[in-house]
Amino acid sequence: MADMSSVKSLLILLVGSSLVSNVVLSQFLGLCPFLGVSKKIKTAAGMGAAVIFVITLASAVAGVVYKFVLVPLEITYLQTIVFILVIAALVQFVEMFLKKAMPALYKALGVYLPLITTNCAVLGVALTNVQKNYGIGTGILNGFATAVGFTIAIVILAGIREKMEYNDVPKPFKGMPIVLLTAGLMAIAFCGFSGLL
Amino acid sequence: MNKVFERLYNGLIKENPTFVLALGMCPTLAVTTSAMNGLGMGLTTTAVLVLSNLIISLLRKVIPNRVRIPAFIVIVASFVTMVQLLLQAYLPSLNDALGVYIPLIVVNCIILGRAESYAYHNKPVASFFDGLGMGLGFSVALTIIGALREILGTGAVFGFKITPEGFVPINIFVLAPGAFFVLAFVTAIMNAVKSKGKVRKTDNAAKANTCAADCSECDKVGCEHRFYDAKESTENPNRPKKNIADIKATDTKIKEDK
Repeated sequence: MADMSSVKSLLILLVGSSLVSNVVLSQFLGLCPFLGVSKKIKTAAGMGAAVIFVITLASAVAGVVYKFVLVPLEITYLQTIVFILVIAALVQFVEMFLKKAMPALYKALGVYLPLITTNCAVLGVALTNVQKNYGIGTGILNGFATAVGFTIAIVILAGIREKMEYNDVPKPFKGMPIVLLTAGLMAIAFCGFSGLL
Repeated sequence: MNKVFERLYNGLIKENPTFVLALGMCPTLAVTTSAMNGLGMGLTTTAVLVLSNLIISLLRKVIPNRVRIPAFIVIVASFVTMVQLLLQAYLPSLNDALGVYIPLIVVNCIILGRAESYAYHNKPVASFFDGLGMGLGFSVALTIIGALREILGTGAVFGFKITPEGFVPINIFVLAPGAFFVLAFVTAIMNAVKSKGKVRKTDNAAKANTCAADCSECDKVGCEHRFYDAKESTENPNRPKKNIADIKATDTKIKEDK
């Protein structure tokens, strides 16, 4: 783990998962919160923080469950069922724990936590980690990078939407269509990151 | 028999999950790089939706209200796993093309939405055809979007070249940004048609306020697919006020309107 080449490959993974194959703009995971909670920068940042927290934790837990429960018992074909239950239970548990132990953090993230169970990015990351044969550590890093990519995208979109609020948009394009067009232009911009690797 | 056609019409046209309710946006954008992929994803989702609707409807008196969401998730996830294994065995090329989006059918809001708002309250036959109608509506929508992207991006549809010689394919439409553009224009056209005709009554607007409707409105109504309905969680002042009872009330109101 410590030698130079593996550090380099981890860095590539970090940039690749967060910017190049951005979770929303090129993989289309977690679109619902991306389109729904991106009206204001503040709420978008809150959602992003909650997503980073949950995805990192979920990739850790899913990785451990996969390696120490599913593989030894040879029931890896049950991964979808097990992962979705683990994630749902985890979100519930995190919410209860934060409420009791860290009220300040709970106040900041609380509203967004329940929304995350419906975020397909969480399950998507857990499944990708398994598909690509990442170890637990690499999986956690991949989860973290993916979630950071989500946060970057949602905060930028929220910024654009705040500026756009009073613009004269053609009537049929008001609401969802103009947001989709904005997201499309952002996706083109993010295509440029593929030159990084 | 009437009920059967009513359900099919409802899913295909009146409450089309993609064009009218705007549900399940992730697969809609992700796998529609070609008409074939769109159709494959649509039919896979239809299979899961029909079976899960049927089983949930059969078990609706057995599943306790408090743990219904995890029960739904387990049922849906089981069918998704079965369908995935079948695809791996018999249609490996489709399985490779759809990749991680097949297991992600579990979190497709169309399926949980139909389970929650229809199958859990209605008889098995009606639920079966509700699932079939919704699934076919989803398949048609995905095929249309896939075909549009395929024509613009490669000049072909279902792999057959249909554009004239001089047409230069616009490659970006089969890439990620094209998905956003095509959906944006399709939605804009739908909006224009709707505001002109005013044919669709408030039915869908009321529906869109419920949890089981528009994903992107989730944040407003608190579309929280909770692991269980904790009593205390509804008392949390931070949470959006609308709860399951309101949603059910809206739903029954819609049914009465019909």
